[in-house]
Amino acid sequence: MAQRRITVQSEVGLHARPAALFVEAAAKSGGEVTVAKGEGQGVSAKSILAVMGLDVRKDDEIVITAEGDDAEQVLDRLAEIADAG
Amino acid sequence: MPQTLKGAGVSPGAGYGPVRRLVREVPQPDPDARHGGDAAAEADRAVAAMEETARDLGERGEAAGGDAAEVLNAQALMARDPALADDVRKRVNEGASAARAVSEAVAVYREMLAAAGEYMAARVADLDDVRERIVARLMGAPVPGLPESDVPFVLVAEDLAPADTATLDPERVVALVTREGGPTSHTAILARALGLPAVVACPGADTVAEGTTVLVDGATGDVALDPEPGVVEAAVAASRARAAAAAQSSGPGRTADGHEVPLLANIGGPHDLPAALENGAEGVGLYRTEFLFLDRADAPGHDEQVAAYRAVLEAFPGGRVVVRTLDAGADKPLEFLPAGEQQEPNPALGERGLRMMRRLPETLDIQLAALAEAERDTGAHLQVMAPMVTDAADAEWFAAAAAKAGIQHAGVMIEVPAAALRARHIAEHVDFFSIGTNDLTQYTCAADRETGGLGRFQDPWQPGVLDLVAASASSAAEAGRTCGVCGEAAADPLLACVLTGLGVTSLSMGASALPLVRAALARADLAQCRAAAEAARAARGPEEARTAASEQLPALAELGL
Repeated sequence: MAQRRITVQSEVGLHARPAALFVEAAAKSGGEVTVAKGEGQGVSAKSILAVMGLDVRKDDEIVITAEGDDAEQVLDRLAEIADAG
Repeated sequence: MPQTLKGAGVSPGAGYGPVRRLVREVPQPDPDARHGGDAAAEADRAVAAMEETARDLGERGEAAGGDAAEVLNAQALMARDPALADDVRKRVNEGASAARAVSEAVAVYREMLAAAGEYMAARVADLDDVRERIVARLMGAPVPGLPESDVPFVLVAEDLAPADTATLDPERVVALVTREGGPTSHTAILARALGLPAVVACPGADTVAEGTTVLVDGATGDVALDPEPGVVEAAVAASRARAAAAAQSSGPGRTADGHEVPLLANIGGPHDLPAALENGAEGVGLYRTEFLFLDRADAPGHDEQVAAYRAVLEAFPGGRVVVRTLDAGADKPLEFLPAGEQQEPNPALGERGLRMMRRLPETLDIQLAALAEAERDTGAHLQVMAPMVTDAADAEWFAAAAAKAGIQHAGVMIEVPAAALRARHIAEHVDFFSIGTNDLTQYTCAADRETGGLGRFQDPWQPGVLDLVAASASSAAEAGRTCGVCGEAAADPLLACVLTGLGVTSLSMGASALPLVRAALARADLAQCRAAAEAARAARGPEEARTAASEQLPALAELGL
């Protein structure tokens, strides 16, 4: 299991386009991928409704966790989306 | 007499035709609906409908392209959301029919998104649309969408979702009217992109019978039912003339004889800059800074504020940018500001604007310091003004706070009648005035801006309001100060000429109104503006004032005004 803690830099947070990209990237992973806001409860990163429901804004801290062989790559890609938006 | 509905005009132009409604009514599943017993088959049926809906939305997105594609793609992701599918399966296993399971599972997420507030309102509408589409499929009902028509029509709906509008044919639809929505709703954005006249937030739109002929004015927000043929011709001709004049107007604002009246934009954040620049704003006349402070637990820090202010200052090198300091109050509470001691039964008359900052000066000091730093090295001319200033003591206090922070040009909003009447004393302390006509009208006529049915008193053409504008402008001139207007009044081309005649020195408005105001000013000389101002002030009521002013400004008739 791999985990990463990042501060979201995307201007619109994890809403709109970044949310869709984030979920699409997570869906490509074979294993479970979760995202949590700060110290909150993790939700499936493959669910756009759950991700939008977190209401992550710019400068919020999120914790993303991935399982499986490609976990590090998945986290790289997700971190990139949260950074750029 | 033909009936007229009133909404908000969000995309100018005139559209005329029969009403066709958006097919929206999808039968709702019975709240106790249960399936026949084969839970696995029912669950598969539900998930298949979700997947088909997702595919359909994806295809619509591809066909639409651009921003609509993004929204539709996000909707497709909602329709095939794995967490939603799990929840639907669980509900079907507990006995619910597929349609009810989808409806209930979506409701859980809907509530979560709705709780995130205004920011998510558009996503909630998107999700509602997804649910309707899946439920329609499961219940064998027609999937909601655009009406069919052989003749061009006016599309009327409660609200429009991106999936409805993506396939909208601008050759077939002549105007859009929705009961809900605002200037930033999908409907408004799409209408402007397609150049279709549109009126949103129009109460009563949902009661207009299918096939009724209507005339839609996307500038004024009027929707006339069964209008006289002459009215239609005049409206269409006027709309064409206005569009042509607005398209041809360019350069700085000035009257026909060269009297300069800088035309500035009202903005609510850096996101409004492209529209301001596109419409030829010479600067910013009202930068509302509330967006930085709303919906957050902590006050924005120094650096964040500097960045937001600098983004706007840098867009107008050599131009002026007038920033209004935080305008909070009981009607616009901020989480991180301690509330006053008492509940305010009448927040418009309570502790708002500068009154609140006088109780919480640290918040103002941080903002002023950030503004002073933001101006450095930008080449723009920064002016900072306080809202809700009542008397000379208020003005003196604010000017001192601004000077301490290193702000070169401090001013005040003139919104309170007492401030307008005693503008000469206020002018001793500050560099400039900016008249907020919306609040000035509210306070002068003692009529709440939000209360329906008081339209006559919410009209800046009220001669009493014009008197106060005149008093402010002449006090400013005597003291060698400038006096702008930054309310809706400035966006009315006829009133813009009257304000100029009253001695107002700059006009600031929503960016889309700039071209037409520029065109109107260019058709009147200063003497005519003054004569129109005098005639308006001599009138006994707002309608008479309007008529009297337009008689003095004959050249504006060619704009259909």
